Amino acid sequence: MPTATVTAKSPSPAPATGPVTSTEAVTGTTGALRDPSAEHRPDPSIRRSMYWDMVLTRAFDKAATALQRQGELALWAPSLGQEAAQVGSAHAVGADDWIFPSYREHGVLRSRGVDLRQLLGLFRGADHGGWDTSAARVHLYTLVVGAQALPAVGYATGMAMDGIPGAVIVYLGDGATSQGEVNEALVWAASYQAPVLFLIQNNGWAISTPSGTQARVDLARRGEGFGIPGQRVDGNDVDACFTATAGALDRIRAGQGPELIEALTYRLGPHTTSDDPSRYRDQQEEAAWKERDPLLRARHSLEAEGLADEEFFAAADSAAAAFASQVREYCLAIEPPRLPDLLSQVYATPHSLIEEELASLGAER
Amino acid sequence: MAQAPIALGQAVNRALETAMEADPKVIVMGEDVGALGGVFRVTAELKDRFGADRVRDTPLGEAGIIGTAIGLALRGYRPVCEIQFDGFVFPAFNQITTQLAKLRSRSHGGLTLSVTIRIPYGGRIGAIEHHSESPEALFAHTAGLRLVSPSDPQDAYDMTLAAVACPDPVIVFEPKSLYWSKGTVNQAEADPGRASEVLNRARVLRRGDQVTLAAYGPSVPQALRAAEQLAQTGTAAEVLDLRSISPIDFAAIEESVARTGRLVVIHEAPVFFGAGAEIAARITERCFYLLEAPVLRVGGYHLPYPPALIEHDHLPGPDRIADAVRRTLEF
Ligand SMILES: Cc1ncc(C[n+]2csc(CCOP(=O)(O)OP(=O)(O)O)c2C)c(N)n1
Ligand SMILES: [Mg+2]
Repeated sequence: MPTATVTAKSPSPAPATGPVTSTEAVTGTTGALRDPSAEHRPDPSIRRSMYWDMVLTRAFDKAATALQRQGELALWAPSLGQEAAQVGSAHAVGADDWIFPSYREHGVLRSRGVDLRQLLGLFRGADHGGWDTSAARVHLYTLVVGAQALPAVGYATGMAMDGIPGAVIVYLGDGATSQGEVNEALVWAASYQAPVLFLIQNNGWAISTPSGTQARVDLARRGEGFGIPGQRVDGNDVDACFTATAGALDRIRAGQGPELIEALTYRLGPHTTSDDPSRYRDQQEEAAWKERDPLLRARHSLEAEGLADEEFFAAADSAAAAFASQVREYCLAIEPPRLPDLLSQVYATPHSLIEEELASLGAER
Repeated sequence: MAQAPIALGQAVNRALETAMEADPKVIVMGEDVGALGGVFRVTAELKDRFGADRVRDTPLGEAGIIGTAIGLALRGYRPVCEIQFDGFVFPAFNQITTQLAKLRSRSHGGLTLSVTIRIPYGGRIGAIEHHSESPEALFAHTAGLRLVSPSDPQDAYDMTLAAVACPDPVIVFEPKSLYWSKGTVNQAEADPGRASEVLNRARVLRRGDQVTLAAYGPSVPQALRAAEQLAQTGTAAEVLDLRSISPIDFAAIEESVARTGRLVVIHEAPVFFGAGAEIAARITERCFYLLEAPVLRVGGYHLPYPPALIEHDHLPGPDRIADAVRRTLEF
């Protein structure tokens, strides 16, 4: 287990939440490898495709951040630095599986084939959703921290009742683990042995609150008392994230009960574009994590193993640049919603109050 | 078919049985709803009949009940959740208001959440703290939810069936004080016309031309008693059972007020920011010139629900209702 790294501005002695080395790529709760088999290692084509998605996610994320700075988005929550945890885990998710994301999982959406531009409406103030959840098998983003956990467990229970050989993966932050509902979700998942994987991206921070404030034990152990086995994975090692997730999902689909993964990563950017990390965290801490940039690490390992050449990396970069260049145009074309449409979408059945208010819209104009 | 009278609680039970029989996607979930049949026995025998998978004794957590019901509904199930008592719905408030009520809108109508929440509610049962409350206004304020409250066994049966069949989330406020009151119930299969009626339309229970008494759920029998009392002194009150709290059938109230010119709204919930306030405002907007007097409200005081020994002073009974009627007549 890593030793505690307490930054100068952390208010409390934080338990182990600091940087990890790649040697502990996939460690179990007790520090032992939970899944040492080679069976779940990503093959070269998956590794290239994960790299590709990481590059595109980052380019999109940067473009969206720029759009916010230009006043075209109300807010943006960057995924910068967390691409490996997101893309690695999401590539291990099967076609029948369902994903319940939080609000920062742009890399997950990209890996699942959701057009990332569909996210922009939410952050532009034009939409509260954005994509066809059943086509992508990705639930909408949930902004109420942790509130997606219980629906995810309920969904998993339903899949099991339907005899579907799939599982649910629910993404949570380190801060979210403190929510009562998330703890309730762990109880429910264990009680019903629901086919669900809790994937916690411990990115060190919940806005300005260090993860040590949320938990006095490694979050990988958070499931233990609930009867849910957990493991910690180096969240900046995309292959390790894939392997850990694929192994866990295989066991879960085989009916062995829910599991939990703590992907130890770092939010390189601000919490959102409204945030100012310099008020609560150290430049040195950021710099140390920049050196563990998940994209660089993935690139180095592909190069070292001769799995991709210059041409491949150049193609990824130019695909990313091309994609990013379309983002602005797409964003500017987003129409504001129409009040009558919104009123019509509240209920499935006729509701006299809605009808009255719809009628009043005409009268007021 | 002629049937022996059954209690309101039993009528809900029969409706659940009918719904579960008709649709395998209907599941019942909550604390102690299985072997025990719920603390009010409303789900009695259902577990024996339909099995533990469809009648689920959940862990003890209201957010868990509603939150997992949302997930099940997203998979096409029709969960019927029991919240053991009104005062214990609050741990689920987050899931109900931030998720259940909003997901349809957030998905532009793409997601359907057919979730029924049954809440045994209201006072007059001599209970300890948290077991007698009327939190309906907190939910009525939330777009995306429907709220109903039955006042007799037939409506309880029909509303339960209608709620389960409804593609929108419905909260059924089941008046605890009426659980044991009996009536004959036509235990028919779900019928869309009847369902739409009990989820949307008020009904006139007693005709009168001097004042309209509008109530729902446990306050309906109180309004009827007040009308009886008033009749003895020569005042003819019309009694309207609103049935639905969201939406409210303002057209029916308006139609009645057009004849009586006076309106008194009655509910157990505190008057301040209660359903009565909304009704008074809307009716004033809609038929200002038809009103002979301001709309009056009779309900609970601005108190945390008081100890049971004085709950009858807190709740609107026939005397307080009749007194309000006199004040509107004298205005
Ligand atoms: C219930 C709730 N409380 C507070 C907030 C405001 N808030 C948004 S994100 C956040 C921090 C969440 O931290 P974490 O779970 O670690 O996720 P991260 O942002 O690091 O991805 C807070 C406090 C919220 N959205 N929801
Ligand atoms: Mg965090």
